[in-house]
Amino acid sequence: MSVPHDFELNRRDLMVGGSTLAAMTAVPAAVKAQPNSTGGAALSNISLTVNGQAHALELDTRTTLLDALREHLHLTGSKKGCDHGQCGACTVLIDGRRVNSCLTLAIMNEGMEITTIEGLGAPDQLHPMQAAFIKHDGYQCGYCTPGQICSGVAVLGEIKAGIPSHVTPDLMQPVTASDEEIRERMSGNICRCGAYSNIVEAMTEVAGRQG
Amino acid sequence: MKFDKPETTNPIDQLKVVGQAVDRVDGPLKVTGTATYAYEWHDPDSRLAYGYPVGSTIAKGRIVSMDLSRARAAPGVVTVVTAEEAGELGKGSRNVATLLGGPDIEHYHQAIAIVVAESFEQARAAASLIQVTYQAADGKFDLAAEREGLGPTGSDDKVGEFETAFANAAVRLDETYTTPDQSHAMMEPHASLASWDGDKLTIWTSNQMIAWSVEDIAKTLKIPPADVRVVSPYIGGGFGSKLFVRSDMILAALGARATGRPVKIALPRPFLMNNTTHRPATIQRIRIGAERGGKITAIAHEGWSGNLPDGEPENAVDQTKLLYAGAHRLTGTRLATLDLPEGNAMRAPGEAPGLMALEIAMDEMAERLGLDPIDFRVINDTQVDPGNPNRPFSHRQLVECLRIGAERFGWSARNARPATVREGRWLKGIGVAAGFRNNLTMKSGARVRLDGRGVVTVETDMTDIGTGSYTIIAQTAAEMMGLPIERVEVRLGDSTFPAAAGSGGQWGANSATAGVYAACVKLRETVAQRLGFNSKDCVFADGEVRSGDRRAPLTQAASNGEVVVEDTIEFGDLRKTHQQSTFAAHFVEVGVDAATAETRVRRMLSVCSAGRILNPKTARSQVIGAMTMGVGGALMEELAVDTRRGFFVNHDLAGYEVPVHADIPHQEVIFLDEVDVMSSPMKAKGVGELGLCGVGAAVANAVYNATGIRVRNYPITLDKLITQLPGAA
Repeated sequence: MSVPHDFELNRRDLMVGGSTLAAMTAVPAAVKAQPNSTGGAALSNISLTVNGQAHALELDTRTTLLDALREHLHLTGSKKGCDHGQCGACTVLIDGRRVNSCLTLAIMNEGMEITTIEGLGAPDQLHPMQAAFIKHDGYQCGYCTPGQICSGVAVLGEIKAGIPSHVTPDLMQPVTASDEEIRERMSGNICRCGAYSNIVEAMTEVAGRQG
Repeated sequence: MKFDKPETTNPIDQLKVVGQAVDRVDGPLKVTGTATYAYEWHDPDSRLAYGYPVGSTIAKGRIVSMDLSRARAAPGVVTVVTAEEAGELGKGSRNVATLLGGPDIEHYHQAIAIVVAESFEQARAAASLIQVTYQAADGKFDLAAEREGLGPTGSDDKVGEFETAFANAAVRLDETYTTPDQSHAMMEPHASLASWDGDKLTIWTSNQMIAWSVEDIAKTLKIPPADVRVVSPYIGGGFGSKLFVRSDMILAALGARATGRPVKIALPRPFLMNNTTHRPATIQRIRIGAERGGKITAIAHEGWSGNLPDGEPENAVDQTKLLYAGAHRLTGTRLATLDLPEGNAMRAPGEAPGLMALEIAMDEMAERLGLDPIDFRVINDTQVDPGNPNRPFSHRQLVECLRIGAERFGWSARNARPATVREGRWLKGIGVAAGFRNNLTMKSGARVRLDGRGVVTVETDMTDIGTGSYTIIAQTAAEMMGLPIERVEVRLGDSTFPAAAGSGGQWGANSATAGVYAACVKLRETVAQRLGFNSKDCVFADGEVRSGDRRAPLTQAASNGEVVVEDTIEFGDLRKTHQQSTFAAHFVEVGVDAATAETRVRRMLSVCSAGRILNPKTARSQVIGAMTMGVGGALMEELAVDTRRGFFVNHDLAGYEVPVHADIPHQEVIFLDEVDVMSSPMKAKGVGELGLCGVGAAVANAVYNATGIRVRNYPITLDKLITQLPGAA
């Protein structure tokens, strides 16, 4: 990961915290420290690459990647179910790997290739996984769905890349997209409507098509 | 339209669109993240501000003082609203606890303030700076401790002479079961965006019952209902948690009023489990007396639960009035006053915990009688209300569900002697339970428009909480107007549309589509009239209206402008003359690890008898989702009560465990091919709650069959099994 050039200064601002010390800190143009008893509400200029598009943003350094996407870029497909990494509704792909976007700060993702559900496909141009979710009714309320689909795409990629899991029976053999592998790997994405059985069918269909 | 006679033939019976496994019409939006949920409304021209709630950290008592100064001085803060700032508020008629507490505190995490700031981060940080001094009072938090000496709530329901019949029964069971407090844990937290335009308030929110919300928001804020608009087209799950106005709506409205800006707020996950409602814990005593041949002569079910003052009991005994025969009966609830957060409806309120207990009792009783559990249920089937034999069931096929399920699941291979089937490290068992849930119907309205393009638009304040309302409503209108489903647009969840049944009590699908049916009947009449046809013998098909050898395109009726009509379905007393219910048989196979007592569900099947199935694809999803929730209730879900401080300790999705992918096997559902002409013109009933009713007990009975250990206190976690496992030291 490349370190944003003003990250060091931000971190120091956050660490000194108190207003007296913060007032003594040199403030570069890119950082507007707002020293106060909350521990500092520093703003930082960053660039995020989302779905192939670069966006320049001025963000509170406390902003999670999830809130940067939803509140600042208005890409609300990534959902906030818990904000604590417990539900998976905010899953996005960062450099092809799935990440709970509520557990990473926006400023930590400069220079990364971020893909959200909106980047996978649109209503008139569905990604095969999105089409399979519709066909197999792999959702109900739809709130966990973008996270399930992003995870689903990444999981099949992990299996294809031969990355083993807790339930992989033989580390010397190629990993297959079995029901058990899919269920194990998808368990970080909660669906309270309980569409699991259908989601496994949707993913199995896509895995089969991928060969 | 009044529905008060058994339905005969109507256009829905064509089943060209209705009854087909159509993909969800809202699917493309949901899978691409483009369906707009409550927190996601974005108007670039508005100066939106962010709200963050503050909750009480005591369960009962008073706020002595609140120091808001540091929060108010924090960067970005626009205002802080507490009960003191808000002025006098009312309370919604469907709320038990007030939604903005202070100075009196009724429960832990009752909202006591909203901080409004320019950003989410600023609001959250400032919320942590509010200093509150409380005077805590003693509260009651332990249902078991309050149980002694509680009398009936109202009067018990009695048929015959239960005590005598039970005392004289040849075979008896008298056992007590418990179910814990449970959380809905829907994926989308409660969230609202409120905006005032003068005296007019609009709230974009996530709510199951739009018209109820309008009333209760108005009552709480003491403004006329006509000044309130509620919009909720997409809802990220509800399960009862979003039936009523919750604190997010009121806090957003107060924050917006105080700042003169639109304000949005989402209840943080760790806050909402104590702030909102939950399914109350129950203690249930069940007594069954039977003849040696298996015929039940006496059955009693008593349920204890707790709630805040003026709260309702969890009615876990209701299904026992109707599910099985037996001349002598007693059912009743007993309600303790507890100072835990408000207990209220969660998916299949009453029946879900009630059947978790009753259907273990039936399994135990079958064993005492030496009967197969399916045979025991068949022997005690009834086609009439046992408390009033003049009142038949409108349509009841429980026995068929059990028999078809037994055949499909391979029930005959079950070894009735528990703990006898072993596969490697797994103790294997299978279990069965009956499912039962009443069919409720609710008045429901809709407006339909036919435009010059030949598109029919349906507008109703009905909601789709994942249930498939958009799709079955589109199917209904397409069938009625002779159009392909692509020619129908459905707009839901807006209080400017006619009031509908809403989503609750599994009444939504049948009632809301019946309302659309009624509006479409009126549209057909109006169209026929405009085209100069005799409406009685018109056929609507393939975008045409046909009568005898005359035919005209449907669009012709709208050539001089849109045709707009509105109607409401209202239900007569067919529910009084006929008991309308839905039925299921649930089958479960489990493996229990012989060393660790970990339970894994391996196979699940539900067979449902629920009237016409409007869309087998979305209905099946309702049932598999409910089966999944049933596994949660059986094996893992429990809000742990801190009985000293009075709150649910595990108040997030890490501590409150719900089933994940790895917990759920492939699930099978069979719907019996049937209609119920007493239910509505759609001849449908509901399945969304039926699918949950009884599943937990089927899991529990399978665990017993696997291990020989009868656990009567849910959830069946491994600590309740491990010391008694066969071969355990």
